[in-house]
Amino acid sequence: MTATASRVRRARALPGRGGRPPGVARPGIGWALPATLFFVLFALVPLVLVAVLSFTSWSGLGSPEFAGLDNWTTLFHDPVMIKSLWLSVLLTALGVAVQTPLSILLGVWAAGPQRNRAVLSAVFFVPLLLSATAVSVLWRALLDPNFGVPAQARWLFGDGNLLGSRTGAIGVLVLVSTWQFTPLHALIYQGAARAVPVVLYQAAAIDGAGTVRQFFHITLPQLRNAIITSVILMVVGGLTTFDTVLILTQGGPGTDTTITAFYMYQKAFKGFDFGAGAAIALLLVLVATLISLVVVRVSGYDKMAGTKDGLS
Amino acid sequence: MRRTPNYLAGAGALLWLCLVGLPLYVLLGATVQSRAEYTAGGPLSFPRGFSLSNYTEDFSNGFGRYFLNTVIVTTSVVVIVLLLVPPLAFSIVRHRGRSGPRVFRLFLLGLAVPAQAVIVPMFYVISKAGLYDHLIGVILPTAAFCLPVCALILTGTMRDITDELFEAMAIDGADTRRVFFQLVVPLSKGGLSTIVVFSALQAWNGFLFPLVLTQSENTKVLTLGLYNFQTQYGINIPGLLAAVVLSTVPVLLVYLFARRALVQGLMGVGGK
Repeated sequence: MTATASRVRRARALPGRGGRPPGVARPGIGWALPATLFFVLFALVPLVLVAVLSFTSWSGLGSPEFAGLDNWTTLFHDPVMIKSLWLSVLLTALGVAVQTPLSILLGVWAAGPQRNRAVLSAVFFVPLLLSATAVSVLWRALLDPNFGVPAQARWLFGDGNLLGSRTGAIGVLVLVSTWQFTPLHALIYQGAARAVPVVLYQAAAIDGAGTVRQFFHITLPQLRNAIITSVILMVVGGLTTFDTVLILTQGGPGTDTTITAFYMYQKAFKGFDFGAGAAIALLLVLVATLISLVVVRVSGYDKMAGTKDGLS
Repeated sequence: MRRTPNYLAGAGALLWLCLVGLPLYVLLGATVQSRAEYTAGGPLSFPRGFSLSNYTEDFSNGFGRYFLNTVIVTTSVVVIVLLLVPPLAFSIVRHRGRSGPRVFRLFLLGLAVPAQAVIVPMFYVISKAGLYDHLIGVILPTAAFCLPVCALILTGTMRDITDELFEAMAIDGADTRRVFFQLVVPLSKGGLSTIVVFSALQAWNGFLFPLVLTQSENTKVLTLGLYNFQTQYGINIPGLLAAVVLSTVPVLLVYLFARRALVQGLMGVGGK
């Protein structure tokens, strides 16, 4: 303490450059400029352009031509488009319903103290590291109707062509995203469960509450914020699933797994109707932005809370 | 916390381990078998022979080229992120005035923009810029989409540097640049390694940008090679799975060495 005081006094005695007392160096906003410009150019400008392009017709060659509301009116009368929106919502809802309980259980378990948990949770992580492409290719090979697991267990899978039916294809998509993303959400819950004050459990134990009661009356309520974060991530992730559908089902059978993001790709890059693609993309942005606003509000990110806040 | 071990939970965790492990076992097992062996024994059989011919075959099918392209893309993205994000985060955390929070909010909003949402205009911009079918056309958008998360992670780290340290540096007469290089950067090592791992993973596993912004064999990256390989040689499952392993080995190696950084990074995605 005295050392600091004497340093401060010395600092006052010795004026800094330009005759002013030395203040704490503050970076100008120029330090943020390169990153911000780069980000604006490659992420935000396209975001504005997508809105512009949605009012044009463009085949990918030449220049886009103004087309008014054509894309939009066609879109809202397009049965595949409407079906794709429902499908996206259905797949997302199924994903949340399956992954949330699973990842809460795994996360709370992994937050426990034993040593083997560290090793096990290291293995749990592997699916998250693989690209969605690798995961989809792997599962497609596993479920191959001729050489895969279903072919060996016909008593369970019938003709073995899981991806050939609507229910089967949707089931596989939910299964694969669960396989890949449950670890991420378990991790979120693990972090949150570790932050629950031990005192609460001690008090509950003294009152004679068992493990199950402790879970429902302490752990679960304390995980509230983690649940919100995780569900929002699942919703955004679910609405924008793309690689998995492209590789596993190609949107089929028929259009039974043609979700909105995939339909956008099909329209634009397979059908060369970039205006329609842009309109679908804009719809995606609007939904995602709506959700992001909820994230920012609910999580308090916008208050720029540091990890130390409230302690100092 | 709880004293008695929870056997039910343990059993559940083991079940999940099987669910995660089994496909990985099939993945590795299948790649060391010949095609005939795999077809006869099925995915769950224990490999009898051991050969690496599936891997060598993949390399003769162009996977070496794809591998190199992916390395180029990943390295460039990491370099761009490392050049741009530390000064950005420094400015957000230490800048006095209203611009800091504003810039931060911009990047936070960017968190929610999915790549699919901008892919059509991105195709337009990249084509007009003459970068279509060049690796640089993949690198730039990939790096841009890494920025929000990396900014979020690194500002978190930099906020934890105490004011006293900045004051001490000021007393020593350090200017902003010296403060940045001698105080902020060394003390942010944890966050820096996290953003390196995170952006490397994003770039390595990226699929949509390469799919839409490249077309020729020379610019193909691993994920795209995998996708094409599946449509062309879908029936050669051991060869296909060997390609999956090839595309994943470096990631697993990084994971072994940088597990902590990665886990922290992913937690950063999820919020604190």
